[in-house]
Amino acid sequence: MSLILLAALPFLGAVFPALLIRAGRDASSGAAGMVTLIAFVGLMTNAPAVMRGEVVTAQLSWLPSLGLNAHFFLDGLGLLFAGLILGIGLLIILYARYYLSREDPMGQFYTYLLLFQGAMVGIVLSDNILLLLVFWELTSLSSFLLIGYWRHLPEGRQGARMALTVTGAGGLAMIGGMLILGNIAGSYDLSVILTQKDAIQASPMYIPALILILLGAFTKSAQFPFHFWLPHAMAAPTPVSAYLHSATMVKAGLFLMARMWPVLAGTDAWFYIVATTGLVTMVTAAVIALFKDDLKALLAFSTVSHLGLITMLLGFGTPYAAVAAVFHIINHATFKAALFMSAGIIDHEAGTRDIKQLGGLRTLMPLTFVMSTIASLSMAGLPPFNGFISKEMMLEQTLHTEWYSNPWIVAVLATVGAMFSAAYSFRYIAHVFLGPKRESYPHSLHDPVPGLWLSPAFLVTLVVVIGLFPATLAEGIVDVAAGAVTGGASGHVHLKLWHGINAPLMMSIVAILVGLLLIWTYARIRGVWDAARRPEAKTMFDAVVRALTGLSRAVTDTLHDGTVTRYAAIFLLFTLGLGWLAWSGGATAAPDRVLLMGNSLTIVGWFCLVGSTACLVAFHRNRLMALVILGVVGLMISMMFNYLSAPDLALTQLSVEVVTIILLLLALNFMPRETPAEGAGLRQVRNVGLAAVGGLGVGGLMYAILSRNPVMESISQYHLDNSYSGGGGTNVVNVILVDFRGYDTFGEIIVLGIAAIVIFAITEAILDGPVRARLLNRKPPEPRAGDTHPLMMVVATRVMMPIALMVAAYIFFRGHNLPGGGFIAGLVAAIAVIMQYMASGFSWAAARQRFPYHGIIGSGVLIAAVTGLGAWFNDLPFLTSAFGYVTIPPLEKFELATAALFDLGVFLAVVGAVMLALESLSRYAWQPGMVSEYPMDINPVRDDGDAEEQEGAQ
Amino acid sequence: MIIEYAIYFAAFCFGSSLLMNLWKIVSAEGVGDRVLALDTMVINAIALMVLFGMWKGTEIYFEAAMLIAMLGFVSTVAYARFMLRGNIIE
Repeated sequence: MSLILLAALPFLGAVFPALLIRAGRDASSGAAGMVTLIAFVGLMTNAPAVMRGEVVTAQLSWLPSLGLNAHFFLDGLGLLFAGLILGIGLLIILYARYYLSREDPMGQFYTYLLLFQGAMVGIVLSDNILLLLVFWELTSLSSFLLIGYWRHLPEGRQGARMALTVTGAGGLAMIGGMLILGNIAGSYDLSVILTQKDAIQASPMYIPALILILLGAFTKSAQFPFHFWLPHAMAAPTPVSAYLHSATMVKAGLFLMARMWPVLAGTDAWFYIVATTGLVTMVTAAVIALFKDDLKALLAFSTVSHLGLITMLLGFGTPYAAVAAVFHIINHATFKAALFMSAGIIDHEAGTRDIKQLGGLRTLMPLTFVMSTIASLSMAGLPPFNGFISKEMMLEQTLHTEWYSNPWIVAVLATVGAMFSAAYSFRYIAHVFLGPKRESYPHSLHDPVPGLWLSPAFLVTLVVVIGLFPATLAEGIVDVAAGAVTGGASGHVHLKLWHGINAPLMMSIVAILVGLLLIWTYARIRGVWDAARRPEAKTMFDAVVRALTGLSRAVTDTLHDGTVTRYAAIFLLFTLGLGWLAWSGGATAAPDRVLLMGNSLTIVGWFCLVGSTACLVAFHRNRLMALVILGVVGLMISMMFNYLSAPDLALTQLSVEVVTIILLLLALNFMPRETPAEGAGLRQVRNVGLAAVGGLGVGGLMYAILSRNPVMESISQYHLDNSYSGGGGTNVVNVILVDFRGYDTFGEIIVLGIAAIVIFAITEAILDGPVRARLLNRKPPEPRAGDTHPLMMVVATRVMMPIALMVAAYIFFRGHNLPGGGFIAGLVAAIAVIMQYMASGFSWAAARQRFPYHGIIGSGVLIAAVTGLGAWFNDLPFLTSAFGYVTIPPLEKFELATAALFDLGVFLAVVGAVMLALESLSRYAWQPGMVSEYPMDINPVRDDGDAEEQEGAQ
Repeated sequence: MIIEYAIYFAAFCFGSSLLMNLWKIVSAEGVGDRVLALDTMVINAIALMVLFGMWKGTEIYFEAAMLIAMLGFVSTVAYARFMLRGNIIE
């Protein structure tokens, strides 16, 4: 099976459990199992090639310009991990089917699980580190969903949040490290990076990259001091814990260290950081695990401890240690998944997983007892189980390791770790299964249904047979995986159970004996432990999070305290700072443009602009007056556009002006007539000063720009040159809109449509809520005067409508060659319709409106899209326009362009959006009495008797 | 020749009336007079645009003037409705 398909399969399959849950829990879990099984079989089809030492690859270009490619490869390490992920995934899916209760949404569970599985498979198959980072983040996100699956439990939510925070922060660090690494190697492809060992280790950026990448790996693999999230993640359902913490999530960090081993390992920095962290983690977590009463917490800390062990082995940097690390990854996955599942069984059957309330389960649950005992003994490192072999290999390595030229400290600490490891494993057996039976157990406590014990039983079988026949069962895969980690330096691997009586065996015996002693005297040691004061990671984490939240809240509240003047002041200050920075830092040429003389008319226009602006400053608190004065400014600006030969802009400005005024008047109806005072005294001085500096700054900038020629050649000439030949139109503005920058326009009409629909949706929501009553009971602030629908206005707007629509059509059609186009035409048409709303009232006009405005927007966007897509059928890129000239007698020769069709889309979208927005806003003022049956209130020719006839004649 | 002087004269008249409209907007009592002044300003702007087109000898400005003439009154009506009724679409 292709690796791309293999990586995509869990993601594609993730929809099925969620859909099939309607068909029942078996269908849902069956679908999840089927998807995983297919992926597993697909992986196995690639296995023979990998076992022969080949590397299977699959490549798909994604964003080659960014160095981000969907390149996948499968080597021994990838095969080992993908096999663990999918194989144990399969067992977990079976187990979870029987573990989850009826109340749990099982479809969701399997969907999350498959998403997580896909992300994990993606990590181990990625050949591109950017792609790897994407999958890495996906594991953080999907594990968040899994850990917080029981969202009704506060511990579940907190644990999920903590896991996401820690692993997410580590992921961020790793992104930095990976980018540095890619920069040094000159490629983001792992297959290239892995060949660049010398260049990378010689680079001055090696240490930063190493530290950042290790931060990512350590947080993910719960290494000290980031180990604290893992025990809290135990609030997840047990299948999740078993999956995440035996074979997948926490192993991702180890995988990464193993993957990067050929280029990063072998230096002193690597050894002291990685091996020391691993050693400290192994010993500390093993000690803590011994004193945990929650079965899952005990297993959680033992997981941390074993992860530390593997990290330490990888940190040693020798090929043989890497072999031991790879082998222990397999062994740990098998016995730890089995242990988690049996802890789940105990919890499921006995109703508690508190060791203090357990004991004597040996006779009640014999099967679980046997499975747990074998897995625990393997965890303790007793022969003949698989954990023994890899632990011996680890101890053997510690004997050859010097730490700051101290030859024995690593070996001694490793033995101490092994002692506690043996002790908590024995405790798991002794305090749960041996000893007296408890009275608190539910009646008829027994072994679970086969669905629950099949998966752990299978794993326990592996624990035994790998222990007995390591050479037959594990040697091959360990060989290729270790070969991939070390780049072939590990040579051919030989695994065997019995190495004879040697130093590691002595260390093991010591560890086991002391472990037994610790359990023997457990009560006394426990007393000492409980009396000691220990730092609590969760409280520290909570304090840090609380401090950070407080800090961000303080910053946000200072910046955003709800007063617009403050926002404006901060924004102005910041912009001024940026402007000053740019001005003082950059070089500016001397003014080289000749200033033109103004004539008397332009001075009049200028005077009107300045005068009305000054007037606005004086009257700005009266909202209506401010709007009127804004009208003067708008008028002057459109005059200016006209004078400076930009008739398109002038037309747009004029029509937008009208729509804006209507929109603002609709809104003003619900607002106080005056704006509140912005403050007096010093604050006013500050505001005025800032505003003045800001205005002068913008003015100065404009002057500087206008008095100089641009440094770079402007793009305008290109548009002018190619407008007619390339776009078939002489109106450059319109050709830019529908052709050169057609993509932008297409995006803009979509945004416009979305905005209008959002306004509509918000209106619907508000009018359905409690605000409706307040709106209905609202009394107008001033007494009302005059007719509701005056005769004069009705007649005038009716006469104007066809004329305005005609003008709109005219502006639309000639837009390609002369000022105009779909946008302006759309505004004009919308104003023509709005006039009818104003004259005869909302209900009268709305009743005569046959096409819903949503549909008009949609059809506009659709027409534009279809026009753009049409280019594809001619093998041209999206939105390439075509045009030609036709002559139909007796008409003159005229042009047909697809751009006009696109412009029609713009026209419809604008009409729909403007109308929908205005109509939505005008609905706020609607009151029950406001039903206008007739177009006007007083009609001189209307008799009450023949009103209907009149209506028909209208 | 004579038409050029006529254009200059007319431009002077309409320009100064623009200034007078501005004065009214600054000094008038209440909003009603101001809206009226704005409306007059729009009329004067139309005239100036047409004059400018004549002076330049082009028709392009004529259309902008037509558009203002056609749409300019809509905002005046909207202001009026707002002052009388508060609600412009009833």
